[in-house]
Amino acid sequence: MIEAMQFEFMRNALMAGLLASIICGIMGTFVVVNRIVFLSGGIAHAAYGGIGLAFYFGWPFLLGTIGFSLASAMLMAAITLTAKHRADSIIGVIWALGMAFGIILMDLTPGYNVDLMSYLFGSILSVPRSDLWIMAGLGLLITALVALYYQNLLAMSYDEEFAKIRGVPVKTLYFLLIGMLAVAIVLVIQVVGLILVIALLTIPPLIMEKYVKSLFQMMIGSSIAGSLFTIIGLWLSYTCNLTSGASIIMVSGIAYFISLPVNRIFMISKNGYKPDAGKIEKISSRSL
Amino acid sequence: MNPPIVEMKNVSFAYSGQPVLQDVSINVQPGDFIALIGPNGGGKTTLLKLILGLLKPNRGTIRVMGEATQKASHHIGYVPQNVNINQNFPITAMDVVMMGKLEPGRRWKRPTASDREDAMAAIDRMEMAPFAGRRIADLSGGQRQRIFIARALVTKPQLLLLDEPTASIDTKGQTDFYKLLKELNKDITILVVSHDLLVISTYAKSMACMNRRLHYHNHNEITGDMLKSMYACTVEEVCPVELIAQGSHSSRAANE
Repeated sequence: MIEAMQFEFMRNALMAGLLASIICGIMGTFVVVNRIVFLSGGIAHAAYGGIGLAFYFGWPFLLGTIGFSLASAMLMAAITLTAKHRADSIIGVIWALGMAFGIILMDLTPGYNVDLMSYLFGSILSVPRSDLWIMAGLGLLITALVALYYQNLLAMSYDEEFAKIRGVPVKTLYFLLIGMLAVAIVLVIQVVGLILVIALLTIPPLIMEKYVKSLFQMMIGSSIAGSLFTIIGLWLSYTCNLTSGASIIMVSGIAYFISLPVNRIFMISKNGYKPDAGKIEKISSRSL
Repeated sequence: MNPPIVEMKNVSFAYSGQPVLQDVSINVQPGDFIALIGPNGGGKTTLLKLILGLLKPNRGTIRVMGEATQKASHHIGYVPQNVNINQNFPITAMDVVMMGKLEPGRRWKRPTASDREDAMAAIDRMEMAPFAGRRIADLSGGQRQRIFIARALVTKPQLLLLDEPTASIDTKGQTDFYKLLKELNKDITILVVSHDLLVISTYAKSMACMNRRLHYHNHNEITGDMLKSMYACTVEEVCPVELIAQGSHSSRAANE
């Protein structure tokens, strides 16, 4: 690994991976506890429509993509708030439509073709330095916003109704959260691809959820776990000559499945009972 | 006479065309301790959510402490019925109670030491002090319920709305809990959804029966008249038979 660091592209890849891990650690915590993984997938895929739009009209790439993604994310957020029971289906529609729209625009754009694979799995080994700066800036902005609104985001995520009663502007905050998510997803996709974004958003927070006592700890833990998976994945990809994005996802996925039995042992040794024991207790108390 | 805490006038509400509340009017006077009864699906929770401003009535007006519901909602302590939402959420009991310290005016402020003291006092009052630092997921249903009550108390409410608060508390806990409510009632107006008529006759000052329409009785004794008016509280159907049976049974027990 150390010899690999001689190459600038490896240093950049590592930096990009670490920055993506931190951004996804923070946003992924909210994604997991608010159960909006599907919505995140929708934003990531519909972003392809924005890429197509940017190429077709010759707009700057980031401007077109972020604009389109923000618009589609806000639409999805509005649907989640108004038609909760149908939200997942409608998000599915926007997901597919956005992607098809992007591909058709690509077809219509003369003389230019973007490789779909590089969009799905990204090209972490060819990240330019300028993108690193954009990601670092975005990471700082997200950290600042989350720190500022932490108590309110926490209250909304835990108990929306109670938060509303306490005067928390739940709707505005929800749109802010989804907006931050959309911007984060687009910027990270550009670097590591949309499959890796979904993996980094969900797997590290999911592993940490059971061991932490607050959202803050969950964000820190997820960022560290994500960084670890990124480093191991990149090392594997370098030594075994594998696709880097897919390697990082494999490492994360294997870590998740190892964490399941480990978590069970942890719970038993901590509480002296199995994690599911509470369910039995509840049923018996209700039947009394 | 003091102005009513809650003033509902001819309120109607429907979920996607299905009427839940019809022409409901009630004035909740300060210091009252109302037990709200009624069959499942009779609109009890909906009534609470309308008072909290979480739902808007289709017709009629609701004023809380003379203000629009959404403006006044932070004067109300609320203990929801379903405390098992988000069970795996990584949060301590203490942090759940601290949510009661959020207020419209001081939204962005960090919690202070005195906030933590208030929260701890509320937790202690519910005899949950040893569990304050535990994850909410590691608590039992009854313990979680106590934490939610502490969260409502820490808001220093003028009005306390409780939706079947003792559903997962054991018998001794229930008696203690209603004694606590009675004590709180010295300063706080209380509206509690309960199916336990014995508890109502012992602790509540008045009763309301909700089944699309609302009937308010300014006394808590369960008498023949009471039962008759409970029949009257239905629109097309009567209150469930078991409730009536339970009612006459527990009234006998209460009179002994």
